[in-house]
Amino acid sequence: MAETEANSVSLAILGSGGAGALTAGGILLEAAGKAGLYGMLTRSVGPQIRGGEAAALVRLARDPVECAAERYDLMIGIDWKNADRLAAEIPLSPQGLIIADPESGPVPEEITASGALVVEFPLKQTAKAISGGRENMVAAGLAAALTGMDIEAVRQVIRTKLARKGDDAVSSGLACLDAGIKGAEKMPRSYKLNTTPQSDRDRWLITGNEAVGLGAVRGGIRFAAAYPITPATEVLEWLAPALARVGGALVQAEDELSSINMAIGASFGGRASMTATSGPGLALMMEALGLSAASETPVVVVDVMRGGPSTGIPTKSEQSDLNIAVYGFHGDAPHVVVGPLGVADCLFTAQWAVHLAEAMQVPAIVLSDQAIGQARAVIDRPADLSFFANRRIWQGGDQDEQEYARYALTADGISPMALPGTPGGQYTADGLTHSITGTPSSRMSDQKAQMDKRRDKVEQFDYGTHWAEIEGDGDTVILTWGSTTGAAREAAARLRAEGTDVKLVALRLISPFPAAQLLQAIHDASRVLVVEQTHSGQFARHVRAHCDLPGEVRPFHREGPRLIGPAEIVIEITDWIKP
Amino acid sequence: MNAPTCPSFKAGDFKSGITPIWCPGCGDYHVLLSITKALAALGRPPEDVAVVSGIGCSSRIPAYTNCYGFHGVHGRSLALAAGLKVARPDLTVMVMSGDGDGFSIGGNHFLHACRRNIDMTYIVMDNRVYGMTKGQPSPTTEPDWDSALSPGGTGLSPFHPLVIALASGANFVAREFSGDIKACTNTILEAIRHPGFSFVEILSPCVTFRPDEKEWKQTVHKAIVDPTDDPARAARRIMTDDGMNTGILYRGNRKPYAAQVSDEVGDIKALEQAFAL
Repeated sequence: MAETEANSVSLAILGSGGAGALTAGGILLEAAGKAGLYGMLTRSVGPQIRGGEAAALVRLARDPVECAAERYDLMIGIDWKNADRLAAEIPLSPQGLIIADPESGPVPEEITASGALVVEFPLKQTAKAISGGRENMVAAGLAAALTGMDIEAVRQVIRTKLARKGDDAVSSGLACLDAGIKGAEKMPRSYKLNTTPQSDRDRWLITGNEAVGLGAVRGGIRFAAAYPITPATEVLEWLAPALARVGGALVQAEDELSSINMAIGASFGGRASMTATSGPGLALMMEALGLSAASETPVVVVDVMRGGPSTGIPTKSEQSDLNIAVYGFHGDAPHVVVGPLGVADCLFTAQWAVHLAEAMQVPAIVLSDQAIGQARAVIDRPADLSFFANRRIWQGGDQDEQEYARYALTADGISPMALPGTPGGQYTADGLTHSITGTPSSRMSDQKAQMDKRRDKVEQFDYGTHWAEIEGDGDTVILTWGSTTGAAREAAARLRAEGTDVKLVALRLISPFPAAQLLQAIHDASRVLVVEQTHSGQFARHVRAHCDLPGEVRPFHREGPRLIGPAEIVIEITDWIKP
Repeated sequence: MNAPTCPSFKAGDFKSGITPIWCPGCGDYHVLLSITKALAALGRPPEDVAVVSGIGCSSRIPAYTNCYGFHGVHGRSLALAAGLKVARPDLTVMVMSGDGDGFSIGGNHFLHACRRNIDMTYIVMDNRVYGMTKGQPSPTTEPDWDSALSPGGTGLSPFHPLVIALASGANFVAREFSGDIKACTNTILEAIRHPGFSFVEILSPCVTFRPDEKEWKQTVHKAIVDPTDDPARAARRIMTDDGMNTGILYRGNRKPYAAQVSDEVGDIKALEQAFAL
């Protein structure tokens, strides 16, 4: 057997919806996590509700995995139904292995074109021979053995996962696993991690969508309004029971126009509030987000971005809602836009966003995306953070004090907010231009004073060091944001290992644009590669609208669904700096 | 978040000092007077009441009261109010709208607010015209009403808000005429006290763009029926009236929406534990 050793192994299990490919992938990831490895499970699925093509993409490594693999070692096809549609997203290594069930017909040309070795194995027949057996568990056994996983950990996960289906399900699951492991003995190639697992660390298994929800609740969110949309629904489905457990509530709305307004209404009542959506929903919310900005009623909107425009590719990723999130408001409406830098960072960024929205009384948009939202990863247990919704509340005044002015002009632009129920604090929150007391006004002086105030509170706020993650040194800079950070970070690490100094700057704060901080961080750069997952280079234009970057600047961007990977960033930089 | 107190309030306690932008003779002045009288009779202090609205002449009302107010975007007042009431169940929530705001751009929210049955009072000042934009037909306008935007009339059947409310699950349905302040005050008070979603259509003439509506004073008449909790009876009654029948036409007994936010904070660490490997 040809045994390849590497720092990470990647495998794909394909099968049309219902075949259990995603379940098998989930079991392998959880087992790897329990055995002390890190890893990530991403999924590539077609739009069909049931029966469409689906692939579980698992990448395991000794160190935390922040982006999907760009070369797969092992592919197991439970069946090949419409698998050609996914082939471009799952490039196989020429040294790779494809395990195909002869019952499922020929392997699509798009997949064999990789040059990987095709070996037949009777998945269905093997499963059929076991009472209640399923081929996805046979596939899990093959994958576990060929990647050198801790088999006892896999058994443990199967026992826990299938326990609710009864003892028979557990024993047939285990029997299928063993049959797969046995089958692996005859395979000509295998792929092992060349490291020992670090089992001593405290870790979590979580998706980006769950992490966003948890971060929001940790930040103080107690009300959410929901309208289902792919790929954001899991945020809301996680929040529904979670909010109920912490004294909060989630209401399912009739549409996104309603969900955003419900969240704003709840926030007016004094509860930190949010909703989650994707591009089409965000487009519907823009008018009300302007109301949040004008009436200074904080709200958090999580946008789990997907391929656009219009309905686009709902199940796959892009970063192309940057423009609408930053520039989509009518009028001048200062607000906050942030982007989590990976699965683990979804928690941090969401919790920070709640803090920012509440502290400044503004709308805050969190730009996550399908690539991290629906990815499940093994991460180190996140640190406890001090961010918590801390709105400046008007506590009531003395009898002889002047009338309460909701929109009083203050040094930092933030005015104490009276909550309903507070005597003497009555005011009308208004989307109409208003005076300091909230009285509708069309005077130039009020328009200017209130606009200056709303700008100042956002621009003068202290965002601390959280505006970006900066790593490494050197006059070559990779500048990116959001989910592409994982690939950029890995690229930077590879370049450094090859002796090329690279500085990575990954922006978490997208708006207001941290121009001064960025320029300070990269003032001596001679090359800046701007990396993002959009067709038109939205981020690159956003950056350059706000500052003149030093040195030579090259945008590097592509639309989804194939995610930008580390290797292509490495090539881009190496070609650039070649003498 | 004060407990209800029982000092005696006057309508004036619920009025702000802001002068309305409405035309002289507008029916909405009477609605403003009626709601302040009803709130005074309710006995809760102004700070425990929230008045929420959308966009249009009628939606200007929050700032004219001395309650907490939210003048939101066009058509979405019911959504704002739903969030507010779930977040703050201790408040009395009033939603004020017009026939354009409530039945056209906000039509979908109307259906679902009735279904959801959150404890709030929805008052629509129906003048069968878009007044703020200077005279266009609304969903309740007669099909042959001539206007610059729809010359010769829209030719469309008017929307029937009370039937829609009933069919969608509203728990209290009434119609009043703005000029009858006593009846309006009484019905609004009953609507506030009734649990769940209460809907009151108030015929409120636009004397500027619909001078013909000055006639309403003569054409409205009291419903000569007792309130019913039978939706079928109420539906027959409303379907067959002439649109000018006033009074409380339906009082249901559906359970109001239950979810609400409390001040309790549960164990967030327990939520985190679910992710531990």
